[in-house]
Amino acid sequence: MSSTILAIELAYWQQTGLRALLGIVAVLLPAGTLVYLFLFKMMSFMQSRLGPMEAGPYGSLQLLAEVGKFLQKEDLIPAAADRVVFKLAPFVVLISTFLLVLVIPAGPDLWFIDIDTGIFLALAVSSISVIGILMAGWASANKYSLIGGLRAAGQLVAYELPLVLAVMGVVIQAGTLNVQGIVMAQASGEIFGWGGIGNPFILTQFVGFAIFLVAVQAELTQPPFDMPVAESELVTGYLTEYSGLRFLMFFIGEFATAGIFSALAATMFLGGWYVPGLDPTDNLFNVIGPLVLIGKMVLVAFLIFWFRFTYPRFREDQLQQLAWKFLIPLSLVNIVATGVLKVVF
Amino acid sequence: MTDVSNRNQLAYIAAQASDARVNVEFETEGMTLNLGPQHPATHGTLRVIVKLDGERVLRADPMMGYMHRGYEKLAEVRTYPQVTALVNRIDWLGSFANEVPFILAAERLMEVEAPPRAQWIRTILFELSRIANVILFLGDMGVQLGAVTPAFFAFRDREFVLNQIEAVTGGRFHPNFDRIGGLKDDIPKGWIEETTGVLGRIRTFCDEIEDLVTGNEIFQARTRGIGVIPPEVGLAYGLSGANIRASGVDWDLRRDGGVGLAHDQVDWKVWTHPDGDSFSRYWVRLQEVREACGIIEQLLGGIPSGPVMAKVPRIIKVPAGEAYVETENPLGVMGYYVVSKGDLVPFRVKIRSASFSNISITPWVLEGTYVPDVVSILASLYFILGDIDR
Repeated sequence: MSSTILAIELAYWQQTGLRALLGIVAVLLPAGTLVYLFLFKMMSFMQSRLGPMEAGPYGSLQLLAEVGKFLQKEDLIPAAADRVVFKLAPFVVLISTFLLVLVIPAGPDLWFIDIDTGIFLALAVSSISVIGILMAGWASANKYSLIGGLRAAGQLVAYELPLVLAVMGVVIQAGTLNVQGIVMAQASGEIFGWGGIGNPFILTQFVGFAIFLVAVQAELTQPPFDMPVAESELVTGYLTEYSGLRFLMFFIGEFATAGIFSALAATMFLGGWYVPGLDPTDNLFNVIGPLVLIGKMVLVAFLIFWFRFTYPRFREDQLQQLAWKFLIPLSLVNIVATGVLKVVF
Repeated sequence: MTDVSNRNQLAYIAAQASDARVNVEFETEGMTLNLGPQHPATHGTLRVIVKLDGERVLRADPMMGYMHRGYEKLAEVRTYPQVTALVNRIDWLGSFANEVPFILAAERLMEVEAPPRAQWIRTILFELSRIANVILFLGDMGVQLGAVTPAFFAFRDREFVLNQIEAVTGGRFHPNFDRIGGLKDDIPKGWIEETTGVLGRIRTFCDEIEDLVTGNEIFQARTRGIGVIPPEVGLAYGLSGANIRASGVDWDLRRDGGVGLAHDQVDWKVWTHPDGDSFSRYWVRLQEVREACGIIEQLLGGIPSGPVMAKVPRIIKVPAGEAYVETENPLGVMGYYVVSKGDLVPFRVKIRSASFSNISITPWVLEGTYVPDVVSILASLYFILGDIDR
């Protein structure tokens, strides 16, 4: 958040307060949107049922009802659990989510932090959640949780690499690690001299986009990569012993991260807050930018959730094979190709 | 066959070894994981004690009896017509099929035969309950592998089949409709056309499932070559139904049993698959649902006229003797061994239920697999807990 948006001068404490508030909104809003839009409604329609209908118009307040339900639940902690670690784990996962949202710009002057290594920071903090999940799995004193936690750790470490490598192509093409810079590069880019729609990197980095989506799916431990929570074998994996508010935090964390990763993908591959036909430095984008970004985020999230509802899950070894034998070589080839083409053109 | 006893011995040694297992390098021990009796994967109260090394299964022991209801003993204090109300609840997804072998055994003892019309309708209901049962397997297999959507399709379309069963028998789940010497009632008016329509829906469902699940690469990767049961091992463990046909054994009591059902009146095919893995078990069941649709369609076209009940006394006393009748039920071979001392009640009833034998192969087939495969193999063997524990 620049301090001069819409020509309003704010004191430091006001800025900080505003940032904290908007940070919470930026995490909860995509989470709520995705849960309602996809988990409740789209999934229901795909599975030939109706989904929530009673709470609010088209069941839109169902989410609040669910949150209310979770808040009333008893906060159970197993007797044998490592209490401190057990209590801390959901916060660690949420911290990772909150840190992720920092780097995504929603307009030319709308950002939380604008640093030169934005993408690097995002990918680095996204791996913090592994620690939280491992903590949850270990501290629960439950065999299902333990297996789930270890599976999650193995999976997240394996898919961190294709995630990073998929982004590399974009970084090479944009010539910067700064997220705002990547958006600007797409907005002011040209396709063979024609700048009508800018140059969204999905046109050139479609391989990177596909790898990024697959890796994100695995990072989120969603089907078909939901081995860590595999409800038919491990009950719910590392979540088994959690109830009430702490479960809710994991739940929000999962969907908020899904939203933020979608927003990240939208920023890097679909042009972020920019819509063609306008000057990217126009102050108008500070108003419509967030809406554009959410629209693109929902589009990407739709893809992610579509896979989620369609595919059965991989086995752990097949999952690792996919990462190491297919995705990583493919993304390396993509990087080489991007580099060569960058030099040529 | 000698292979099996060797395997048993080796499995025992492995179990002993796993208890005291010490990996010298990391000093790890085997972990005992208790799958069940309350576990989302076992849709009932099956308990599998799995000894693990990492995620590899060293030994798996199924524990049964958490839902034992003592039907064999209860049947000894019920009159013959009352027993059908009990045995309905053995395999609760294909209830009507449970009644048929018992009634056939009693009929054999009494030396009465149901009139042709009753036999045909009996066969139709028998096959309808097969569809109602196996459809759920087709959906559930997806759930066990992590795809939730097929299950909803399965529950949606099973409802149409249950509606048809209810229209005839008055009960969705527990028809209690078969009688010694025939059936309780005739089919209602217009039922034949309705059922033909439902069969169309079921065929669409099969295509849908084939599109959604069978061709899926992940599904194939998770099931092909997993849980392979060679035919001789399967036969040695008493596997039956689609489980043994998926191992390439061409054996179906509907064709080979020669009991008083109308299957020999129509043209149909016994499906087998040479592989014997989870995928082939799934595939064979999918084809059997389609085949059952064909059987019902042909039967509906030619139901003979006449009464649906033979002449039997109002109070049924079964002459002394013993009879064993087995039929090809949705889950496999189900048989009733009925001993009568000429009373109102059977002297002894032994129920041979398919799932009990099918599940007995789990220690053999689960050994050396991984935890995720435990679930998919158990799902592909397809058991109903009521059918295991009776």
